[in-house]
Amino acid sequence: MGNKTALYDAHVAMGGKMVDFGGWDMPLHYGSQLEEHHKVRKGAGMFDVSHMTVVDVDGKGARDFLRTLLANDVAKLDGNPGKALYTGMLNDKGGVVDDLIVYLRDPGYRVVVNCATREKDLAWMNQQAAAFDVTLTERPHLAMIAIQGPEAIDKVKEVMGIDWTAAIDGLKVFNSFARGDWFVARTGYTGEDGLEIMLNNDDASGFWHALADAGVSPCGLGARDTLRLEAGMNLYGHEMDDDTSPLQANMAWTIAWEPQDRKFVGREALEAEKAAGVENKLVGLVLEERGVLRAGQQVVVDGTDRRGIITSGTFSPTLGFSIAMARVPVSVGDTAQVEIRNKLIPVRVVKPSFVRNGKSLV
Amino acid sequence: MSEIRSELKYASSHEWARLEEDGTVTVGISDHAQDSLGDVVYVETPEVGQTLSAGEEAGVVESVKAASDIYAPISGEVIAVNEALEDEPETVNSSPYDDGWFFKIKPSDESELDKLLDADAYKAEADEG
Repeated sequence: MGNKTALYDAHVAMGGKMVDFGGWDMPLHYGSQLEEHHKVRKGAGMFDVSHMTVVDVDGKGARDFLRTLLANDVAKLDGNPGKALYTGMLNDKGGVVDDLIVYLRDPGYRVVVNCATREKDLAWMNQQAAAFDVTLTERPHLAMIAIQGPEAIDKVKEVMGIDWTAAIDGLKVFNSFARGDWFVARTGYTGEDGLEIMLNNDDASGFWHALADAGVSPCGLGARDTLRLEAGMNLYGHEMDDDTSPLQANMAWTIAWEPQDRKFVGREALEAEKAAGVENKLVGLVLEERGVLRAGQQVVVDGTDRRGIITSGTFSPTLGFSIAMARVPVSVGDTAQVEIRNKLIPVRVVKPSFVRNGKSLV
Repeated sequence: MSEIRSELKYASSHEWARLEEDGTVTVGISDHAQDSLGDVVYVETPEVGQTLSAGEEAGVVESVKAASDIYAPISGEVIAVNEALEDEPETVNSSPYDDGWFFKIKPSDESELDKLLDADAYKAEADEG
């Protein structure tokens, strides 16, 4: 048996098909992954993301520590408590140990990392922390619920009541606020507007059921994956890993090169890679014929014998055809071919972002 | 629990086969199979007129989650395919034993049906995972 979140009983009671995910028993879907996907694009859905690891970073050295640990620069958060930053945490070779969101608290910082990488992340963070006056504290007593979709914020306000309305209305995208154990952030992993709310495990089930009563549909990991892929958001272990540079994972925008004297972990390796010429890039693929692109399929591009590989692929429920993210040689043009069951199938090459706020980008 | 119909024969690769009154055999995938695959989005059937051997690859069913090959449970000539699945592949989920059939075979050796699993034997295999 795996770890259980505070919402495990609620998932089972609502008909969740439970599967192992990084050592946690999590719902794959509650009947139809497709219906859950559409509910998030058109209404409001909620996801239990309590399996993710929340670590608070405190102490006088917290800012300096994170400016060394992370490829993006937490100095961008200075003076804006609640503001969030997406970043890679790199190793010395410039590979991605994990991707994460860091929030500026008042005082301190809060970091949310992936569950499947929890142990190596904590080991790496603690190793890097030794040189700083900093304390790292895991927060396992917190559950986390993501409420996503065009109606998500209205539904949350309806459930949380008048005392919360002004604070939620004042919340800008990629910002957060805290009240006691409650931590409300306007972030997500679907390409829709919405909130990610951390709260005490003891309050999670009641809040979840209240949201369901207000018409927010429970959604599983299946819909979470098709939604994030349509939104062009990376999944650790697919688009990047310990051996993949952020420069090859569409994460160049998360690297803060300035100021030049900030010596973050992995910087030298990334500078060397840039100087030598980056060999691959992450692109989007679109297959408008019948068939489904899948992770692991090979991609043939013009101008080289070197092949690319699909890192994530699926049928896109919103678009009605298959989409994928692929790491391919930089010589790639507007079209490519994917090998599916020994046949080469032509595909269109696009930016790795397919759907935003319910609208097609391809 | 998934439904296993007692009047059908099953392959351990999760296809079902039904002997019709006219001597043809209709083939589909079991309720257990469609449930494991999840939402079906694409079905590739064999060609009408194609001759298949028992155990030969006869098509593909793709769900949002995964692709799975379909095998011919018995040998024979394909005499019909379910063209409705092209536009409504989700019928495989909603009606795996009726409207969601894949193709019909004119068997070259009807006794091959006896080599397939009956409902109880298939249930035992499906329960094991």
